[in-house]
Amino acid sequence: MSTRNSLLIAVSALAFISAVAVAADGPNLGRVATPEEMAAWDVSIGPDGVGLPPGSGTPKQGETVYLAKCVACHGEKGAGKPNDQLVGGQGTLPGDKPPVKTVGSFWPYATTIFDYVRRAMPYNESKSLTNDEVYAVVAYILQLNGVVGENDIIDARTLPKVKMPNRDGFVTFARGK
Amino acid sequence: MATDRSSAHGPDLNTVAGNGLVHRRMFLMAGTAAAASIASAALPNPAAADALQVEPWMKLPGSGFVGYGQPSKYEDKVVRIWNTAPGTIGTGTSRTPHHLLDGMITPNGLHFERHHSGIPDINPDTHRLLIHGLVKRPLIFTLETLARYPMESRIAFIECGGNGQLLYQKEPAQVGVQQIHGQVSCAEWTGVKLAVLLEEAGVDPKAKWILAEGADAAGMSRSIPMEKVMDDALVALYQNGEHVRPANGYPMRLLLPGYEGNMNVKWLRRIKATESPTMTKDETSKYTITLPDGKSLQFVLPQEGKSVITRPSPGFTMKEPGLYEISGLAWSGYGKINKVEVSADGGKSWAAAALQQPVLPKALTRFRMAWRWNGGPAVLQSRAIDDTGYVQPTREQMIAKRGTRTIFHSNAITAWSISDKGEVKHVYA
Repeated sequence: MSTRNSLLIAVSALAFISAVAVAADGPNLGRVATPEEMAAWDVSIGPDGVGLPPGSGTPKQGETVYLAKCVACHGEKGAGKPNDQLVGGQGTLPGDKPPVKTVGSFWPYATTIFDYVRRAMPYNESKSLTNDEVYAVVAYILQLNGVVGENDIIDARTLPKVKMPNRDGFVTFARGK
Repeated sequence: MATDRSSAHGPDLNTVAGNGLVHRRMFLMAGTAAAASIASAALPNPAAADALQVEPWMKLPGSGFVGYGQPSKYEDKVVRIWNTAPGTIGTGTSRTPHHLLDGMITPNGLHFERHHSGIPDINPDTHRLLIHGLVKRPLIFTLETLARYPMESRIAFIECGGNGQLLYQKEPAQVGVQQIHGQVSCAEWTGVKLAVLLEEAGVDPKAKWILAEGADAAGMSRSIPMEKVMDDALVALYQNGEHVRPANGYPMRLLLPGYEGNMNVKWLRRIKATESPTMTKDETSKYTITLPDGKSLQFVLPQEGKSVITRPSPGFTMKEPGLYEISGLAWSGYGKINKVEVSADGGKSWAAAALQQPVLPKALTRFRMAWRWNGGPAVLQSRAIDDTGYVQPTREQMIAKRGTRTIFHSNAITAWSISDKGEVKHVYA
């Protein structure tokens, strides 16, 4: 770390201490946000599942959502085409043939599926699914990949506990390695 | 036919590497004869009997003023090209025509784009930036309030993590620099240091990362280490002096100098301070490097040292032997470019190119090399060396290390072959 960086961090740390009483130097023009104001935007979900909303869904319920909203782009049972393949490909990451990267073969965290579907899908109508519909369609994709059973209920409690097949397939990059 | 002065001055004195690489002083020494050869390099020579004309535009007043100027109508080929995902008009990538540009700054209308759900039509009056998570006071900023903060400018490249991915292909793609390396551009970005805003919010020392999120329909989001954020992250409001273009994040984007393009979140609407990465779709299922053993490298954040010759490059035809300038771009997400070497003989011999000033850290650097093409076959290559001592690898070296199971972070040396007919082609050398 450069001296400049250390200095910056030291300055930041000092600023934090003083921020309790008086905010740091700067125009201080930000308006304090209330939890209610932030609720609609605070949609990111990390691997610990903190912030997952109430609601639940099963693979069966998810199939209904999938056929109505997803199949046109992602194919029958997540087989892909014209857009990303969601199902299959497990065991294809090493080897000589091109890897088939799907939710089942590649994605390390089940929470990411909920986060991404809720914010970005369906493509032409993002943020239109109810929380129950998102849980259900996540359950369906997981079930097609053999990660959860047909009768499993996916909700805020069960989703973070789902262990994805490629959970241990990632290594943090370090330059020169 | 332009005069070749090498015989007059003796090739040994000016040769810096094999197959015609010569010292830049050749441009100065050779005087008018060589200058004529440079000017006419890619153009047909005017016929000797072609007397200078008094053209129509010399005799009549020109056109009037316009509110926002456009390039000459003769420059209509200088445009981006793009690919879109099936069923979409705005999800995909557009690429900068580097073969038709010079200098280090990319014009705003030609900056590359990567969108995950098209370009949102954001009303700046209703746009908000929220800073929350592990902070003392969550804060909401309007564009108007941000405009009152002290600003700074930073010339920086932004490069897509997928730029250069065609080099992972088995056979050299028969396309040019725009298609292969067009997902890098460089601009002067002006805005507010994100550290200032975070300090006002009061960051909890437990917060080692932030999540940055866009206001587009994809809600594009990435996790970024707090150390980088506090070092040089900018909430950019201006791009080359004007408000950031819609395609590049209007009314504000995150600038993380040197870091993977995808992390420079456009249409920035939310910063959440977090203890650990959120593991978003783009930092797990995309933008990771899958190695031959099936493991994937994650959080490959700065873009590696890299360079490419932009002129000549595929699409050009060399009309005649003579003196030419080889011109190209070099960059590193780790710092400054220290040196660029050029070879005209397929990598057998190399010579240091001249670096056009200014040479700035994490910015595109223009390099130039004088070359006397003798009319025979040649293979042109460039390799960058940054101020950490990193040397841009050959394609073989890159693939030996990374394999071909990824499309990301390709930074290998690119080779252009010149045939004895003057045609320029992409080759593996």
